[in-house]
Amino acid sequence: MRYLPLTPQDREAMLATIGAASIDDLFCDVPEAARLDGPVDLPSHAGEMAVERQMSRLALQNHAAGEGPCFLGAGAYRHHVPASVDYLIQRGEFLTAYTPYQPEIAQGTLQVLFEFQTQVAMLTGMEVANASMYDGATSCAEAVMMAARVTKRNKAVLSGNLHPHYRDTTETLCRMTDFPVSETAPHVAGADIDALIAAVDGSVGCVVVQYPDVFGHIADLTPLADACHAAGALMVVVCTEMVSLGALKPPGAMGADIVAGEGQSIGNALNFGGPYLGLFATRQKLVRQMPGRVCGETVDADGQRGYVLTLSTREQHIRREKATSNICTNSGLCALAFSIHMSLLGEAGLNRLAAWNHATAVQTAERLAGVPGVELLNPAFFNEFAVQLSKPAAGVVDALAEQGILAGVPASRLYPDQTDLANVLLVAATETVEPEDIESLALALTKELAA
Amino acid sequence: MSAMNTQGRPTKPEASASSDTAPATFTGNRALHLEEKLIFEKDSAGRSGIDMPEPPKVVDRLGGLSRGEAVGLPGLSEPQVVRHYTRLSQKNYAIDAGLFPLGSCTMKHNPRLNERMARLPGFADLHPMQPESTIQGALQLMQQLSHWIMTLTGMPAVALSPGAGAHGELTGMAAIRAALEARGEAGKRRKVLVPDSAHGTNPATAAALGFEVAGIEEDSTGRVNLKAFEASLGDDVAAIMLTNPNTCGVFEYDIRRIADALHEAGGYFYCDGANFNAIVGRVRPGDLGIDAMHLNLHKTFSTPHGGGGPGSGPVVYSEALAPFAPVPRIQQNADGTLSLVEQAEGDAAQAFGRVKGFHGQMGMFVRALTYMLSHGADGLRQVAEDAVLNANYLKARLKSEFSLPYGDTGPCMHEVLFDDTFLKGTGVSTLDFSKAMIDEGFHPMTMYFPLVVHGAMLIEPTETETKNALDEFADSLLALAKAAKAGDSERFTQAPRFAPRRRLDETQAARKPVLRWQAG
Repeated sequence: MRYLPLTPQDREAMLATIGAASIDDLFCDVPEAARLDGPVDLPSHAGEMAVERQMSRLALQNHAAGEGPCFLGAGAYRHHVPASVDYLIQRGEFLTAYTPYQPEIAQGTLQVLFEFQTQVAMLTGMEVANASMYDGATSCAEAVMMAARVTKRNKAVLSGNLHPHYRDTTETLCRMTDFPVSETAPHVAGADIDALIAAVDGSVGCVVVQYPDVFGHIADLTPLADACHAAGALMVVVCTEMVSLGALKPPGAMGADIVAGEGQSIGNALNFGGPYLGLFATRQKLVRQMPGRVCGETVDADGQRGYVLTLSTREQHIRREKATSNICTNSGLCALAFSIHMSLLGEAGLNRLAAWNHATAVQTAERLAGVPGVELLNPAFFNEFAVQLSKPAAGVVDALAEQGILAGVPASRLYPDQTDLANVLLVAATETVEPEDIESLALALTKELAA
Repeated sequence: MSAMNTQGRPTKPEASASSDTAPATFTGNRALHLEEKLIFEKDSAGRSGIDMPEPPKVVDRLGGLSRGEAVGLPGLSEPQVVRHYTRLSQKNYAIDAGLFPLGSCTMKHNPRLNERMARLPGFADLHPMQPESTIQGALQLMQQLSHWIMTLTGMPAVALSPGAGAHGELTGMAAIRAALEARGEAGKRRKVLVPDSAHGTNPATAAALGFEVAGIEEDSTGRVNLKAFEASLGDDVAAIMLTNPNTCGVFEYDIRRIADALHEAGGYFYCDGANFNAIVGRVRPGDLGIDAMHLNLHKTFSTPHGGGGPGSGPVVYSEALAPFAPVPRIQQNADGTLSLVEQAEGDAAQAFGRVKGFHGQMGMFVRALTYMLSHGADGLRQVAEDAVLNANYLKARLKSEFSLPYGDTGPCMHEVLFDDTFLKGTGVSTLDFSKAMIDEGFHPMTMYFPLVVHGAMLIEPTETETKNALDEFADSLLALAKAAKAGDSERFTQAPRFAPRRRLDETQAARKPVLRWQAG
């Protein structure tokens, strides 16, 4: 077996040094009834070529998003990832390192995290960020828990326009801890900030609002932040498309107390939904309530600048049941990919990337709005918007998939109980969408809706 | 070829002072040790490492919410960026470079085939919300991985979605909570028993779900104290969270008795599967009486640790807990196609909810299944055997100079635990010893964990090391132990001397947290 270097002679010699007659002697503590005599009922080992063939066969049974026009978003976005990002994250010194618990020989990972935290803070307009969480949905749930610790109020209000996977993940955790959560109704015609303001009172610990929201709406969140702060609550802003913040006013400039984001769309492939990159940013004064790993600057014994994991007294390996979260890992390699992509983009590149996304989406929206049976629902948007079709969206999406066009995400997949959303289609257009793709989508939609 | 002087003759170095007394360089660099500024401090003249043409002109629809102020990012070209990260990477120790004996972390070789497979466009370029007709291969892959996991663990159900080990714990314990709710006992059974030697995530997970944590002490062999355990059983107990093989590196030989007594008392058995590497292919946890267990795909199944994630922590469930597993799930339709069940309805009506966006760490599933297919049932069994053999070999080689906290009472599993008794009176601590290992070119072992052992040193070599590598490692550790005992404490207290940084001031970092760069 190519990954197992011990030879039979090595094993014999080692058993002799140990003083054991056979390998079975080393498993003597396992109850006899639970010892397996031989291999379990699964195939035997295989060479690289055979495994590659088998895996490739599975991969070929999928329609890769890049094979044709792709307008899917709803929390995962198809962007171009520069070649050097994927090359650099595969360097063994990054790929095969552990969590930087021995900082003297992990300054590479630690400096990356420090730079990553800085980039996330800059992009969100917040003061500090952590070293990342599992994904956007778990970041959101953790933000609600943190808000409860800060305000000492176990009650949260979620926007109806929050991605339903984020809502469900948050509600699942809250339900387990008897933590009441209420939601406003989904509002497809626009960001429903007024409904959220109306739901804030002195018992609420936080309000969670998505920006741009799941239907692509964007609105000034300052009035909501003011209402939250007047009531002693925190405003948690969820962002699932970080490229948008290259063009949009950042949450930090509108009074956000916590930003819980999904960083996939910068540096990371779609990967069928994971691994992704949970982002978490907040105010400096709240850092001791923040969940997750965080890297800080310090000096070494010679006075040289260096970096360490810090504030670990919040974390499970020190505080155990009194920790701010049970989270142990972060999404290190995804954070590295994000950070490298951000470094490559720079200020000018990020601005241009965001402008490309917006321009492509505007062109797509304008073209689709001209298709009979399609109505654009968004007054404002970044790179994703909702349209009302003259037919149920799920059927239309399936029909277009047969033609190799990934038309968008039917709202019914996210809101199966919401019959009023059955005809709503979420359409995202990034810089990877070409004019021909827009035309293919428009023509196919015209035909399908007329049929 | 050796270096030549100007006459074309090979040069011969003069005998010189040691590096300790060498003058400081003018740059701060030391040959291949290259200092690297923060990316924000580099020369940045508004460049970009990415070329994109002018975007098409459109009337903006940003609703007056344009970002007025700059983000503050530097502008660099691609070569600058590649050099920055290459230099940073060279400041890291990694499994690719050498033995990484972190106990409980399973730092084994990461096969590159796994990386190549994860990057096939049919997996990497797949959107999670594509129509089902376009993702049948992905769903088949998830089903195949589930089959391997269920067969290896002997358990009837699995939830793939958790993002990491601790997240798997949460997903397992949440099902236990849901099952108690279904029995109408969630209010009464609030206590979760957690051995004092457990990973910190165990009590933190129980607490995150609203349970009360009750510790159980270990016995004189590092295993659960059966008397203490049995005395804590009652109708207020929801579950036990037990790691097996445990964090002292030994197998809990009374595990069946623990399971039976717990079930008798109405509780559920959560097993922390972080150490599954020691028993994969030789023992099925399903035969030990457990109800839920997470697997760390980044440990046993070799998905890369990546400097701290992403992980992946699928959870297996017993028949009793299977109905409460979270969504999404995969279901086979009458026509043989596969579907994703994304809502708690129909057969999944009792699902306790959702733990993550989308469907789990697909990129890690691809790598783990590739690893499983490569090893096969026979190779995975060999993994466990070699991992255990290597750890016992190190124990045999080291025990003359190191101290075993529970005595030499039997074999260890995949890791061997020492304490700091052998350093008593030397002025050298476990931390000092670890830092001296850095100077010798090794990553230190896990130190000060488990907490139940004073100055713990937990060594896990894994199965992907050669005997020769283990011998070099053992020889170095023995030499260090002898040096400590001989009074050469400065070698330890001043270490590391040769790493990119000396010891870092963690107190300062925590007292005045500087968590980001600020423009001067």
